[in-house]
Amino acid sequence: MTIWTVATALLSHWRRRPLQLGALMLGLALATALWSGVQAVNAEARASYARAAAALDQNGLAHLVSPHGRSIPRAAFVRLRRAGWNVSPVLEGEYRFGATRLRVIGIEPLTMPAETQTVDLRNAGDLLSFISPPGTLVVSPDTAEKIRGKTDLALRVSDRMPDGAAFVDIGLAERLLRRDGELTRIVIAENQRPGLEPLGTLAPALSVREPSAQSDVEHLTESFHLNLTAFGFLAFAVGLFIVYSTIGLAFEQRRPTFRTLRCLGVSLSALAVLLLAELVLFALAAAAAGVIIGYLIASLLLPGVAATLEGLYGASVPGTLSLRPEWWLSGFAIAVAGTLVSSTQSLLRLMRVPLLTAAQPQTWGRASQTGRRFQVLAAAALLGLSGALILWADGLQAGFGVLGCLLLGASLLLPAVLSGFLTLMQRASSGALVTWFWADARQQLPGLSLALMALLLALAANVGVGTMVSSFRLTFVGWLDQRLAAELYVAARNEPEADRLRAWLATKVESVLPISSVDVEIRGQPMQIFGVVDDPTYREHWPLIVGLPDVWDRVASGEGVLVNEQFWRRERLRIGDQLDLASDWKSTVVGVYSDYGNPKGQVIAGINALTSRYPEVSRLRYGLRVQPDQVPDLRSSLSDEFGLPPDNIVDQAALKEQSRRIFDRTFLVTGALNIFTLGVAALAMFSSLLTLSEMRLPQLAPVWAMGVTRRDLALLEVLRTLVLWLATFFTALPLGLALAWVLLAVVNVEAFGWRLPMHIFPYEWVRLGLVALAAAVVSIFIPLRRLAGLAPSELLKVFANER
Amino acid sequence: MSVRSIAIAFAVMIMASLSGSQAAPQGFGGLSSAAEGFSVPQPGLLFRFPDDHGAHPDFRIEWWYLTANLEAPDGTQYGAQWTLFRSALAPREAKGWSSPQIWMGHAAVTTSEDHFVAERISRGGVGQAGVVAEPFSAWIDDWQMKGGDTPEADQLAELTLNATAKDFGYELRLSATGPLVPQGNNGYSVKSAQGQASYYYSQPFYAVTGSLALPTGNVDVTGKAWLDREWSSQPLAEDQTGWDWFSLHLDSGEKLMGFRLRDKGEGFTSATWITADGRPEPLPAGALQIVPVRTAKVAGGQIPVSWNLRIPSRGFEVTTQPLNDQAWMATSIPYWEGPITFGGSVGGRGYLEMTGY
Repeated sequence: MTIWTVATALLSHWRRRPLQLGALMLGLALATALWSGVQAVNAEARASYARAAAALDQNGLAHLVSPHGRSIPRAAFVRLRRAGWNVSPVLEGEYRFGATRLRVIGIEPLTMPAETQTVDLRNAGDLLSFISPPGTLVVSPDTAEKIRGKTDLALRVSDRMPDGAAFVDIGLAERLLRRDGELTRIVIAENQRPGLEPLGTLAPALSVREPSAQSDVEHLTESFHLNLTAFGFLAFAVGLFIVYSTIGLAFEQRRPTFRTLRCLGVSLSALAVLLLAELVLFALAAAAAGVIIGYLIASLLLPGVAATLEGLYGASVPGTLSLRPEWWLSGFAIAVAGTLVSSTQSLLRLMRVPLLTAAQPQTWGRASQTGRRFQVLAAAALLGLSGALILWADGLQAGFGVLGCLLLGASLLLPAVLSGFLTLMQRASSGALVTWFWADARQQLPGLSLALMALLLALAANVGVGTMVSSFRLTFVGWLDQRLAAELYVAARNEPEADRLRAWLATKVESVLPISSVDVEIRGQPMQIFGVVDDPTYREHWPLIVGLPDVWDRVASGEGVLVNEQFWRRERLRIGDQLDLASDWKSTVVGVYSDYGNPKGQVIAGINALTSRYPEVSRLRYGLRVQPDQVPDLRSSLSDEFGLPPDNIVDQAALKEQSRRIFDRTFLVTGALNIFTLGVAALAMFSSLLTLSEMRLPQLAPVWAMGVTRRDLALLEVLRTLVLWLATFFTALPLGLALAWVLLAVVNVEAFGWRLPMHIFPYEWVRLGLVALAAAVVSIFIPLRRLAGLAPSELLKVFANER
Repeated sequence: MSVRSIAIAFAVMIMASLSGSQAAPQGFGGLSSAAEGFSVPQPGLLFRFPDDHGAHPDFRIEWWYLTANLEAPDGTQYGAQWTLFRSALAPREAKGWSSPQIWMGHAAVTTSEDHFVAERISRGGVGQAGVVAEPFSAWIDDWQMKGGDTPEADQLAELTLNATAKDFGYELRLSATGPLVPQGNNGYSVKSAQGQASYYYSQPFYAVTGSLALPTGNVDVTGKAWLDREWSSQPLAEDQTGWDWFSLHLDSGEKLMGFRLRDKGEGFTSATWITADGRPEPLPAGALQIVPVRTAKVAGGQIPVSWNLRIPSRGFEVTTQPLNDQAWMATSIPYWEGPITFGGSVGGRGYLEMTGY
């Protein structure tokens, strides 16, 4: 007998059960799809950060920076060059072109190391026009569209430029940013001659920032991508439940075939190899489909993710996807690995179980009572571990560890919980049929438990993430109302106009709140220091988390500063702690405010304290307090009488709307992934019910023979499914809430630096319950129709074939 | 940003129409031979020192060009070159990055086996590169040519010179044994029949001591050096494609500077005979005859590396041989520059520069 004949015999199983094959392939493909979709999104985003960082920050090279984020005198650069160091100066800052704020990066093209070739000035004419007045802005195509007509400078479009940034000659940067003779950093080329005097003696006031494989943005967004990966993995795990149960069933159903083949002389190893080959083949086929679906999912998700990253971190990611080998390979690898893991048990059993043991399809899921006991113990251990992690561990990884232990532990516990529930119901019922109903449900439980576990995970994830997002939204909206207290926000185009604006506004509004900030580095982190005036607006509205009673007096007098929650938590600061804001500026932390959506640390100081240290700070932006009914008048006179472009005036409502829109986009991706996961869980349920329905004849036939009609039997099947669904759903609620709590109180704090109060939204549960119910009904539809249409002869055959 | 780009830009600026094959020079922000807004050399102007040792920002291009024929105690021959070029995008100087002046430094050491080259490019206005007339100093990054501290003597009479790169470096002390020598007509050096000209003077009388740092170790050297100072705004006519330039230290103690500017026709030659006591005797155009003797394959092309020079009116006829055929300056503007020896009616050593090949 040739191997080919054996293979055909084995494969014929799938020909007779196309639905089973379909479930296996679909389960595997969907799991791979979600995983590789998420990977594709992550890979695209990371590649884009790397591009931006390499282009804008030259982060592949070391830099000299001033420890307090102060500027570096140009003379320091010249001193280094004259000592033979191959270094290049950079001056960067923000500049407004109309309503568009750009990160302006001034470089010196003659000394910029060739490794960081971002601006292509290979043409000598380009170089000359880049360094000669009036100067050239090198920008991305999108940015060029935005600022075209808003500047007299020449624009050069480069595809290699990230959005929102412009390369200019360092001389032009000095003029635009009004920072004559200053540098923000000095790039150190790799190519240096030997025998140089050390940097420490040449520039003792500067410190070297080593090249980082990771950019700032990449670091900031790490938690976001970890979130996505966790979600992708959850979906994959749910998908694997399908694969596991389908493969187990297929092995068990083919046991007679195996026996026959073995009797015909096929060796055990040949059989095992063939089965393994079959699985790998399926895995590869499903993975190919999965990666393609994953690509589609990723293309659907990416614009949302890009919007999120833009809104949350200011990271620019293109909305289009390119095919990257890393996630193709990762998709195939995880599909094959997942299939092998899910089939290990079946393969081992094939090797171990004696050749002539009778095939008993219903035994496969009911592996053993000891197995279940072990499962409960493992669940208890995992739940205990998650508790221990909450208490004693910290860090984002620990947060995800808590989530993982909690979910896995709870799902392992589920069969025991359901079994207990069914036993209770069985004991409490009296009628024979009702007792049979519960007993039969319990008997079915092992076969369904994997699907139910998948369902539990999906439902709990939905409840948890939904609660987290809704709690966040509620808090965020309330916070916005407090934070955006000024009725109008305006921006002058230059300092003289700002002076004029202040004078013009003096008699027209209740108060003018300057919005001035400097970018600095505090405790090694990039930060912003905002200066605020002493105004009732802040005293009444600013959302403080903790603070001394006279906090605003202390800020106004310059004696203390406020820090945002992120910075406060990250640095474990306490009220009364001293903070080095600059080399000659120490201040006391007197309060902490919440600052959602800001990835960076922030400090609020009195405006006088700020301007005395940073006299050059930009004073272009203002918040204006007026009676709400005067807003439209003021707005029109600002643009008509004063002559401010309409783009430079934003009212509170528009700003809030914009913030809310960003917020909603932020969680669009999470919502989409939630739905996908639920879909996979429904599929798992469907495939389990389908396979069970094929095996249930021996149980149903006697009941039918005792006089219960097929219609009633079908009805009972529906009821049983619904009972199991409901029981799982109710188990999912507390688990989901626990999940939400971990997300809000552990993961968010670690990932973003803020902790949110938890709110409960029962209405959302009802909606989720209804969706789940609908999925349940759909999933039993095919098995049910098969049962209802079953010929009595089929049922009778059970008795004829009694084994 | 590639160095090559700067290269071409600079090439266009400095050599105006020389590098015609690489880029259309006329297309370059008005960098054709016309000197828009820039000063143009005029005959009859006398040099004023030390001011003229410094930069002339109102002229388009300028250089401080030093070549040295050196010898180790064991008789091994070496050549060393140190050059600072200035090129102006506009005829003015300004403080800070807005300065339109651009500086480029070339350093090289030639042995019979190797030719080491390095290049530096810098913006003016910030102090990274520049020239100060008194006390004399010309520098780019850590390379420097520095005058002596004897205020009564000429600023260029005593010089220290250094350059360090990744694989070589040198430190030389130069001491002039003769006066500064104006080239051409009292420093007005005509470059074409159409009248293109530059201001040009030399200090050909340096005695040199110092050391070379080579990959094989340090070598103490002594020898002779020649400094050229030249500035202009329209040095070449449009049809001129390159030059062959010689500076010769004759064993008789006399010096000869001679060049040929190549064009489609016979070319334009010019030479100055310098007596041993430093008196220039400018020769009429065409008095020097230059004929290639041998070519070598250098940087992918055939370049004449051995020449026959004749000045019939003076009974002068020599044939030059390079120390190293491959003295190719693989800088942004590539050219050939290396030490030579010659024999014939008189023997000696010198330097040869060839551009536009």
